[in-house]
Amino acid sequence: MIQADLNVILPEIVLSVYAMLALLAAVYTAKDELAGLLTWITAGVFAALAFYIATSGGTTVTAFGGMFIDDGFARFAKVMILLSAAAVLAMSQGYLAARGLLKFEYPLLIALATVGMMMMVSAGDLMALYMGLELQSLALYVVAALRRDSVKSTEAGLKYFVLGALSSGLLLYGASLVYGFAGTTQFAGVILAASGETSLGLLFGLVFLISGLAFKVSAVPFHMWTPDVYEGSPTPVTAFFATAPKVAAMALFARVLHDAFGGVTGDWQQIIALLSVLSMFLGAVAAIGQTNIKRLMAYSSIAHMGYALMGLASGTVFGVQAMLLYMAIYVTMNVGTFAFIMSMSKDGAPVVSIDSLHLYSRREPGKALAMLFLLFSLAGVPPFLGFFGKLYVLRAAVEGDLVWLAVAGVIASVIGAFYYLRIVFYMYFGQETDEALDRGGSPILYGFLMASAAVMLIGVVNFFGIETVAEAAAATLVN
Amino acid sequence: MIGLEHYLTVAAVLFVIGIFGLFLNRKNVIILLMSIELMLLAVNINLVAFSAHLGDLVGQVFTLFVLTVAAAEAAIGLAILVCFFRNRGTIAVEDINVMKG
Repeated sequence: MIQADLNVILPEIVLSVYAMLALLAAVYTAKDELAGLLTWITAGVFAALAFYIATSGGTTVTAFGGMFIDDGFARFAKVMILLSAAAVLAMSQGYLAARGLLKFEYPLLIALATVGMMMMVSAGDLMALYMGLELQSLALYVVAALRRDSVKSTEAGLKYFVLGALSSGLLLYGASLVYGFAGTTQFAGVILAASGETSLGLLFGLVFLISGLAFKVSAVPFHMWTPDVYEGSPTPVTAFFATAPKVAAMALFARVLHDAFGGVTGDWQQIIALLSVLSMFLGAVAAIGQTNIKRLMAYSSIAHMGYALMGLASGTVFGVQAMLLYMAIYVTMNVGTFAFIMSMSKDGAPVVSIDSLHLYSRREPGKALAMLFLLFSLAGVPPFLGFFGKLYVLRAAVEGDLVWLAVAGVIASVIGAFYYLRIVFYMYFGQETDEALDRGGSPILYGFLMASAAVMLIGVVNFFGIETVAEAAAATLVN
Repeated sequence: MIGLEHYLTVAAVLFVIGIFGLFLNRKNVIILLMSIELMLLAVNINLVAFSAHLGDLVGQVFTLFVLTVAAAEAAIGLAILVCFFRNRGTIAVEDINVMKG
């Protein structure tokens, strides 16, 4: 029995044992001199596990008495999490090493956070959910404050910690109410209690759970930590925050709503729709005044989370599929965009001001074109992949009888296009600036930028086949 | 007779005090950490009360997990706070303002 259970969580075990062994090895030997090597090994382990998870298993298996669920949905989310984490690690090695920030704790904390995320997306019980979430969050608080001698980075860590702990508190209070009124912490038991006429206590618990999770996906009105944390953290850490944890939190959101509260769709649909519409509009409007590209990306991610929540709000299988596709596209776009942001430097020092991009196309036509693809895709302009992601969630909203939400989404998307296109305008038709960026840069970052931009264009043909995979994954979640 | 409602009321009051401590406190970051701890302990009262009421041990197991995680969380919070203090020279809440959000 225990043997079968352990087999199910093999990837998690491998990753956590790897992280602990690597920690020991680094502490007892060369410490930070191993950091570069460990970063690459960790990225390799992530990629290998992603390959293993993608190719193994086919049916839904539960382990530890239903606490851990390994289904198509969890596997899809895990592959996304692992691949994006591997990409961010590969991109960050050069950046961190050049600035003396490459400590051996960095790849290992990322590895532990990733174990937490894998636990989150597979959680079948409120306890497993909480432990996964905290493993992820605790590791992320530390990496946010990675640059220990910088006021901004430690302030980002502190803000993230205080607000993150508040959100865990809200989530836990919700979990305790759900436990009390459903009589069990298992999702399989909660869904039996939460059907038909639900008790008020259970609904209160659901609302608290949703607010705790909304913090983690940075949906309005629980978004206030996002811009500061994005701005203050070192750029590779920001890139990580914008990708894997968002996927994990969104997948967990879908897991809780469908696995535990799938019987009372009508009760949470309106809450999610409200979070979605607020996020889309705030993300679109507040980004307009930003001059720091990292803050701009923070508001951009708030808006994108709004669109992903739109898929969830529909409460259907198609909605979950649209959400998964949207997150896959969002992560790919963000990896490319952050590869570009990391390559922005002047005299070796990182630059984050949008003004430094004036007439960028004259100096680096190739990178400017790739960035144009990505920004158009982020804005949702038709020939690019980002448009099809938006189209999917809009269709899901319409099919879920939330036409007003779809209309609001289109309006917010038009407003949001302004600030993406403004950057394109600066790059191609701006004015002369003396802040011009350095040429060249790391070939790895260049590769990721170009690959991501190419995906935005080529992916339109058939989404690389993930459409059907996402459909199958969504079908295993919603029943 | 003290019943489930009384425990739930105490827990709810403590939880709300914790939230207000986070938002209204303008003085010291340590008070933020104490407020967070208060919220988590309120949840623990809730869990244990439900556990006793339902005659089900799971709630108490959950409480033990929460206690452990709360300890780890406090350790990390204090560590980040020490780093912040070294850079900024103060831990007053109103001085956490290098970035405006």
